[in-house]
This record gives sequence, C-alpha cells and structure tokens, in this order.
Amino acid sequence: MRSARLRLSAALWRRPWLKLGLLLAAPVLAFTVVYLGALISLFISAFWSIDAFTAAVIHTWTLDNFKILWNDHTYWRITGRTIGIAAAVTVTDAVLAFPLAYFMARLATPRLRALLFIAVLLPLWSSYLVRIYAWRTILAKNGALNWFLNGIGLPDTGLAYTNTAMWIVFSYVWLPFMVLPVYAALERIPENYLEASRDLGAKGPRTLRSVILPLALPGLVAGSIFTFSLTLGDFITPALVGGAGSSFIGNVVHDKVGQPDIPFAAAFATVPVVVMGIYLTIARRLGAFEAV
Amino acid sequence: MSRARRRSLAWAVFALLTGALAVAAAGCGGSSKSSQSTSTSSGPTSIGKGEGALNLIEWPFYSDPSFANKFVQQTGCKIHRKDAGSSNEMVALMRAGGGGGGGQWDLVSASGDASLRLIRGGDVQPVNINLIPSWNDFIPIFKSPAHNTVNGVHYGVSVQWGPNVLLYNTTKVKPGPTSWAALYDPKYKGQITIPNNPIQIADAAFYLQHSQPALGITDPYELNKKQFDATIALLKNQRKLVKLYWNYDTDGRAAFANGDVSLGAIWPVDTLALQAKKVPVKEVIPTVGATGWADTWMLAKKAPHPNCAYLWMKYVTQPKVEAQQALVFGETPVNPKACPFMDKIQAGSCAKYHLNEPLAYYNTIKFWKTPIRDCGNGKNDCMDYNAWQTAWTQVTG
Repeated sequence: MRSARLRLSAALWRRPWLKLGLLLAAPVLAFTVVYLGALISLFISAFWSIDAFTAAVIHTWTLDNFKILWNDHTYWRITGRTIGIAAAVTVTDAVLAFPLAYFMARLATPRLRALLFIAVLLPLWSSYLVRIYAWRTILAKNGALNWFLNGIGLPDTGLAYTNTAMWIVFSYVWLPFMVLPVYAALERIPENYLEASRDLGAKGPRTLRSVILPLALPGLVAGSIFTFSLTLGDFITPALVGGAGSSFIGNVVHDKVGQPDIPFAAAFATVPVVVMGIYLTIARRLGAFEAV
Repeated sequence: MSRARRRSLAWAVFALLTGALAVAAAGCGGSSKSSQSTSTSSGPTSIGKGEGALNLIEWPFYSDPSFANKFVQQTGCKIHRKDAGSSNEMVALMRAGGGGGGGQWDLVSASGDASLRLIRGGDVQPVNINLIPSWNDFIPIFKSPAHNTVNGVHYGVSVQWGPNVLLYNTTKVKPGPTSWAALYDPKYKGQITIPNNPIQIADAAFYLQHSQPALGITDPYELNKKQFDATIALLKNQRKLVKLYWNYDTDGRAAFANGDVSLGAIWPVDTLALQAKKVPVKEVIPTVGATGWADTWMLAKKAPHPNCAYLWMKYVTQPKVEAQQALVFGETPVNPKACPFMDKIQAGSCAKYHLNEPLAYYNTIKFWKTPIRDCGNGKNDCMDYNAWQTAWTQVTG
C-alpha cells in the first residue's frame, strides 16, 4: 500500500505535466462544458426554426432567422440603439472616472482614499434593481429632480422614460466598474516619470497627454470592456426606465424566448457576441489585457 | 508548446465540443418528435388521493395563503408557487425542461393570450370537467370559451377575469374621456401609457372595428392581412403619443402615481391601488366595450401531482373561494354564486366588479385569445401570433 503511494508520487514527480493536467482537468472541463457549451448550443439553435402552429422547435438547418434580422430595419434600429447607448455610457464613465481615479490614486490622503473607495463601492452593496427604481423616482415628473429644478425656478425636465434616462442610469450603475481599473492603472505610474516630464519642461497638460494618458490607457480600455459589455447585454434598465422606442437587443431576446421562439432569440443574441468579439479584438490591440 | 501548436489544439477542442453538442442536439430532436403523440382522452373519471404536493405557475396572489391555507389543510397538498410576470414568462416556464411543464409543474394560471399556445404546443392535457362541480354554475361564456376549449375538449377550468380599462387622471384630463379614441388622440401626446404586450394589437383592432366599419373587423383577434396592416398603421401613429409601454402593471401604476402619464390602458386592480393611495384617477369602460383577460387553471401534460391539481381546480372555483381570490387580486369571479360572498367580505364589491351584470354586458368584453392562422372562415388567412409578436416589436422597438 505504502509502496504504491510512493510509486504514484514518484511518477507524478517525474512527470510534472501529469500533475498539472490532473489538477486542471476538472476546472477546464467545467469551463468548456458550462461556459463555452452554453454559447455553442445557443449558436446552434440560432439555425433552427419554429413550427408556426405549435411553436415547437424544428431541428432542421436554416438561415431564415438571420435573413429576417438582416432585412427588417427594426432590428438594425434596435441594434444601433443598443450599441450607441453602450458607447455613450462608456465614454461618459471614462470621462467621469478618470479625474476621480486620478485624485484617489495620486492626490488623496490614505484616509480620504479609503472613504472615496467606500463611496464608489457603496452602491454595489445594494441590489441593481433598487438603484434603477431609485433613479426612476428621481427622474419622475413628480420626482426629486424636478422638485429641485422647480425650487430654483427652472422648468421640468421630462426625462422620465426616455433614452436619456437610460443613458444616465446606465452611466451611474456601471461607474464603479470603470473607476477601479483606471485607479489601478494610474496608481502604477511611477512618480519619477512625472518628475522626469517636469524636468524636461513639460507643463501639466503636456504631461497628462504624453505620459499619464498613454500609461492609463490599458486601464481605461479594461474599464470600457465592463461598461460596454454590461450595457450591451442589459434588458432591465430599458424595461424599467426606457420609454416608447427604448428596446435593447436583450428586450427583444426576452420577448422572443417568451413567445416562445427560441431560435430567433438565439439568432439575435449572437449579435452582441459578435460586437463584443470585435470590441475585445480592438481592446487587445490597445493593450488592455496587459493591465489585467 | 509553441504558440501555433497551442492554437491548433484550442481549435481541436472547440471543434470536438461543437461536434458533441450537435450530436446531443440531434438526439434531443429525435426524442422530442417521438413523444408528440396527442392524447384524446378527457382525463380521469375520479379524483384520487392527493400526492402531498402541488406545483403552480401563477399570477401573483393566485394561490394567496388567505384562501389557499384551508386547501392545504383539507387536502394535504403542499403548494409550491412560482410567480410569473407575464404570459410569455408562463409559456417559457411551461416549455422549459422539454415542455409539458417539464415534469415539474402541475398547473398554470394562463391568460387567454397564452392558453392556446400551450394547447397547440402540447404542453397541457385535457381535463375532465365533470370532476369540477362548480363548473355547472359558471357564467355560460366561461364554461367552454375559445381560449381554453378546443373541439369540445377542455384543457383547464376558467377561474377569474377582468377587463382592460381606460384610466385617466381626473385633474389633468378634463373632461374625462368616454371613448377609446382618447388613446389615439394627439391631444394627449406624451401622457399615454399602454401595456407592452403583442395582444394589445387587439385593442387597436377593437377600436377600428367600431371607428372604421369598412375594414370589416368582426373579431379583434382574427385579422386578415389588410385589417392587420391598418391596425399596425394606427399603432405606429400611437407610438408617437406613448410615454411608456408598461411591462408590469405596477410600472404603469407607478407612472400614474408619479405624474408621468395621465391616460392609459390598465387593469381594475391598478385603479383600486392608485385610488387607495389618493391618486386622482378614474377608470371607464367605454360603451362599445373593452378587451379583457380571462385566466384558466390549465393542467400540465407532465403534471407530477394530478390529483392535487384536480383538487385545487375543484377548490378555487367554489363560490366562497372565488370571492376571496377576486378581492385579493382585484378581479371578477367566473362563478356568479360568489356574489353574496363578495358582498359579505366587502359591501357592494359584487356590483363594483360587474359580477351581477346581464349576459349582454359580457358580450361587450372581447376576451384575449391567441391569434392563429385558421380563424374559422376556411381561408386560413389570419395573422398568427408570430406575426403579432413581430409587428409589436416593429411598433414599440
């Protein structure tokens, strides 16, 4: 018995790759089956169709779903809106997060930095839904925003149930996901780089443009992956704060799953996958994954 | 390992996995086809002993403990409930796990826009209506309505119903509207809310049925291409006026409460909730009538606890329980004998919920039913639910 154990451990010691393989087999299998498997089965069912009468899935290959998606401008409009708002939210969050992260990383005292971290992360302690509902109350016609504006003599905003409302709410809920990677990137810039820049005669704006921004770019891109992909895949915010003509890809997918027309839902769900694929390729070119 | 080799290995794994999944999927296809035998029997001849459990997909409060606890005590069937937020969600839940309720669910409280989909999809099974004594007392139109009875076979038992009403804010809309035309009137641009549900197309068709008789619409759920296109054109114009397409009635309710909308289509339960919060709203059902929903407890094809399911259908259709449920949810029983029980719980509620109306009143309510291609004229030229869903996305998306 003892010798068998010894022999096994000796065999493993001689073949380190075997040891590694045995250790990694379970997680790798789980990853491929659960993670990639779900994606692939989704992709396969996109090429099926449903019976018009029973709505049962017909398992024969067809491109019909993709043809419908291509030919109906409704789906182009919805895709355009989804990508457009995701891009707007990403830019907004980058603009908001950069100064905040810079202050936290380089200017704030340790005590203030800790407080700011709590302030940034605090919203994440509450449910995502609670935060969306809170914004709905703020933006409502009888809500806090209009109450404040009327108080200082300004008219109502009429922001409730609009695409602008979605943009505001998305920018708010995903902001922490931009602040943290940008903070990490800014914190890693060595102080002497900035001193060297100053020694060479560069003023603040020049140092920002030529030294800080290029070094922070991977952090910004990493953050943008979060904000962009989270917005791209969302359907709750459009359903709760969007108005007429605010549907996202996710809302159509949700409706189609319920109809039920799962093949069409799967076909439309491949669009964000493709968009993210393109986005990640660009992000990799920009060096986002070196900062992760 | 070199980079190129590593990449080719990754592709090999990917290809293998895709292949395996394709085979598995093909296998699924085969098995689901073989199980599509249609049952023609009309269920059991007597209700056996309860199995100790009952799994329900329900509209919230459809098995509220205030009236369901007594059932649990009497029968020993412990209720596990899954609240659904929409008809689509109900259909999706019933379709999950291979359909027919997946061997997990016993009953679903499907509305008329879902029930025919469940019947056509083979997700529900025939019910022996003789085992549900209260059925004989039902208002006649709820005994064998088109949304739950096909070719004389019952796929469940009607339980409650409600109209879709026109709600308005009395301080902002003066004088109060008396016709559905208000929902298409540019005067109210940006103040209107409409349910986000393809079945809502029927509301526009119902309006056209009376305002444009030349279209020849006789049933708002049975529209040929020309009638359908006219209806969708009307809805596309309406979209410009709509502030919010509500997904859950509580969202529509919130929009009224927060002053974001002042006119819209919603349910009586929301009127009551808003009035209870002192929001100045009033509901009307225009004289031409309204569309409405009627819910059916439908028996899942793979129901694991059929006896408990029958016991439940028998229990909830009794007059007293019907009255209790109606007042918990804010809807109307299908059993008119519930009237005195309603008045006992809340004076005047029987009349308030229109349970004491003559049959002529019920004929003005056009109850939801899933649109299908074959609408009984022999021409098979009606637009089906798939077309409705697609058009609704085009209107609202």
